[in-house]
Amino acid sequence: MTEYDIDVAVIGAGPAGLAAAVSAKENGAKKVTVIDRNNWLGGILSQCIHDGFGVEETGSSMTGPEYANMYIEMAKKQDVSFLDETMVLGFDKNRLITAVNKNGNHKIKAKSIVLAMGCREKTRWNIMIPGNRPSGIFTAGVAQAFINLYNIIPGKNIVILGSGDVGLIMARRLKFEGANVLGVVEILPYASGLPRNVVQCLDDYDIPLFLNHTVTFIEGKDRLESVTIAKVDKNRNVINGSEKKIKCDTLLLSLGLIPENELSNNVGIKIHEVTGGPVVNQFLETTIPSVFACGNCLQVYDTVDVLSIDAKIAGKNAAEKTISKKKKSIKTIPGKNVRYVVPQIVDQPGKTHISLRVEKPGESTKLHVISDGNEIFSKKLPWINPANMVEFNVDIQDIVLDKGHDLEVYLDG
Amino acid sequence: MKNFHVGIIGGGVVGSAIAWELSKYDISVAVFEKGSDVASGTSKANSGVIHSGINSATGSLKAKFCVEGNKMFPSIANQLGFSIKWVGKYVIAKNQGEVKELERLKKIGEDNGTPNLNIVDGAKVNEPNVSCHSALWVPTAAIALPYEFNIALAENAVINNVKFLLENNVTNLKKTNDGFLIKTNKGEYQSKILINSTGLNCRNIVSMLEEPDFQVYPCRGEYLVLDKKYGSLVKSMIYPVPDKELGVLGVHITPTIEGNLLFGPSAEFIIDENDKKTTKEMMKTLLVEAKDIVAKIPENAVINAYSGVRCKLASAEEGGWADYRIEESKQTPGLINLLGIESPGLTAAPAIAKYVTKMVSKRVELDKKNDFKTVKVFGKRFNEMTSAQQAYLIKKDKRWGRIVCRCEHITEAEIIKALSNPLGAKTLSSVKYRCRAGMGRCQGGFCTQHIIRIMEKQFKLDPKDINLKSPASYLFTSRTREVKK
Repeated sequence: MTEYDIDVAVIGAGPAGLAAAVSAKENGAKKVTVIDRNNWLGGILSQCIHDGFGVEETGSSMTGPEYANMYIEMAKKQDVSFLDETMVLGFDKNRLITAVNKNGNHKIKAKSIVLAMGCREKTRWNIMIPGNRPSGIFTAGVAQAFINLYNIIPGKNIVILGSGDVGLIMARRLKFEGANVLGVVEILPYASGLPRNVVQCLDDYDIPLFLNHTVTFIEGKDRLESVTIAKVDKNRNVINGSEKKIKCDTLLLSLGLIPENELSNNVGIKIHEVTGGPVVNQFLETTIPSVFACGNCLQVYDTVDVLSIDAKIAGKNAAEKTISKKKKSIKTIPGKNVRYVVPQIVDQPGKTHISLRVEKPGESTKLHVISDGNEIFSKKLPWINPANMVEFNVDIQDIVLDKGHDLEVYLDG
Repeated sequence: MKNFHVGIIGGGVVGSAIAWELSKYDISVAVFEKGSDVASGTSKANSGVIHSGINSATGSLKAKFCVEGNKMFPSIANQLGFSIKWVGKYVIAKNQGEVKELERLKKIGEDNGTPNLNIVDGAKVNEPNVSCHSALWVPTAAIALPYEFNIALAENAVINNVKFLLENNVTNLKKTNDGFLIKTNKGEYQSKILINSTGLNCRNIVSMLEEPDFQVYPCRGEYLVLDKKYGSLVKSMIYPVPDKELGVLGVHITPTIEGNLLFGPSAEFIIDENDKKTTKEMMKTLLVEAKDIVAKIPENAVINAYSGVRCKLASAEEGGWADYRIEESKQTPGLINLLGIESPGLTAAPAIAKYVTKMVSKRVELDKKNDFKTVKVFGKRFNEMTSAQQAYLIKKDKRWGRIVCRCEHITEAEIIKALSNPLGAKTLSSVKYRCRAGMGRCQGGFCTQHIIRIMEKQFKLDPKDINLKSPASYLFTSRTREVKK
């Protein structure tokens, strides 16, 4: 058993964990350790060999590994320490972490913890696609790992279900490798990935996008032989008679991401029903004091740039061990056309960074933040899309907290 | 060697149990299995219940072998090292009208020799999430992982020199003067005695030698698997009163050894026995029927669905119930047929194996081996060990310290052990069924790539040759352009 005392333990060495660790160091934490399962740093970025990373943050476009490397260099310069190939088995409310690696068991006592475990992909069973269980069905991220990390191609004739960003990127990637990408099937009336990816990954390569469609059946005794796709109505119910069989050997699933919070659940951190991540206050502190959350285990981000900026907030607060003084705790409540708001709790006055996702796409809308009938913030938004996170800063005055009314956040127009 | 005393067709749970039983004797035995691993048909896709014997007509072979088999499980599980939990089961009556059915089952059970049956008032049912009028408590019903039991039997048989010929599909059979000529896609073999333990294929095998005097009516059962998070909704198995019209037990809730819950099976007579699909309609029905028993079951916590197909000798019109037929063919001496082995086949397997061994002994002399060994196949998992045990193993072998499957905390050492199985089964599913990697809530999202990497680097398998489960279920088609050259 190896035991250590450290200031900040970061769980996960993906982009969120790296940014949080760098930020913790910059803000005065002495001993910062990042723990990760893999034998590499950078998490999922290592398989994202396309470019476009870092544009918003740095102004230059990088590939995933390049972007990760930028943070790895910073972390090394800052003397962040790493425990790689190490699995965190759990931690308790006093922030004692138990972990295991090839050198044995580890107990790590941290003054604060930053959760940065990332997310996992939804599977066939999250949407219960009936049929047979042949080989040839992969989640898009797994297929991406095989192609980009191991040079292995999963199939030749590909159907992609779900137009999330990973699915769109994989459509193009497989096309580059000479596969027939027969189409991307999306149940919604609009793509769920970023609009730029629809153009750059599908339109530019003449890959069809079947909106208002879903896969209703999977056929194949040994290897996948076909999928049946069908049109859906506006309530997402299959329209009988619209079924069409597509012969293919591979189905990639890009159905969305689920924040990884097994560790958070086990210690009793409150998880938000909609985000799937921990409920946090404006310091990104979870319902267990001095345990912070960031990155895709907090909420699923659309770009790594924004994710890193938020993760730095978590890292900074972990370093300063900003335990909220709980002046008065108010909630943020998602109103009209708002799916969720992060943070869910505000308990200190001052500049507060808020992010949200909308329910439906729209144009020329206005965002409102209301406290007890008074608008404390508003912002015009030329267009909104569920795929694009909305972010803004609100200065929350003492009086808003004193009154104790929850903040309603909604969109109109 | 291509000549065997006994050839067994089928590496399901019954074929493997017979193989293990025969491996105690000084004879040569071969098992012909068309799949890439044992337990590749109905034996892996069922409820995993060790039945008590309350459901089969008194005097039937089903009842006899079920009750006998049930009694053998504590000792076999201990010898072969697979998990079993004696969680018991409740058959619940929703109303006064169904109580008669409980009494009927209790009577059958008692006549069959099932011990300690008890009808209790609904209020005394020790399941806070189940409400019912009253229930029959069956303490001798247990749960096991059906594939674990099957694998443990087969691997122990191999250790005692039974030859398992995987991916050997029997294509032709001929009766010779002193036995049988067995032709498979891989070669030709001979045996003195031939045991047809092929489940749904039993009629096809018989018809290679003689005109069958029976029909097989495949009856599909679909299941749903619920996330472990909700595994504590019930402690024991909860059954409705059985559906007499279809000769099946009805949709029940079964806890699994691993802490998930199973809902199912449905019962649907089908034409093609290979049609192992799941359907939208049945998925909905299963959830509705499960919620009818435990209202608290969430709608969106299913992590997997599968189906298995029962081998029935009676059609739906005939009521779906027929007894097992385990007999030596009159027309083809030396051919031992096991026909219509469906539920409670898992429970009955060890008793059937004893019975068949006796039949074999009439034709071949059976002398006990001196060097018969038993090996506990499934050791304690890393995630079940104390940290001292973990530390000890990691010190001995670093691979115990590398966790590959993050949902189930399965280590590289466990993956390698699974891939080193004595059967030589090397599919992705072989790994999954031996060590549970890939069975958690991410369903292989993280570990698949690492397992493939281990297969490639440490077992020198070409990714193009790696299959999911069966010989034609390839996972990959090629290398990327850069590597092809």
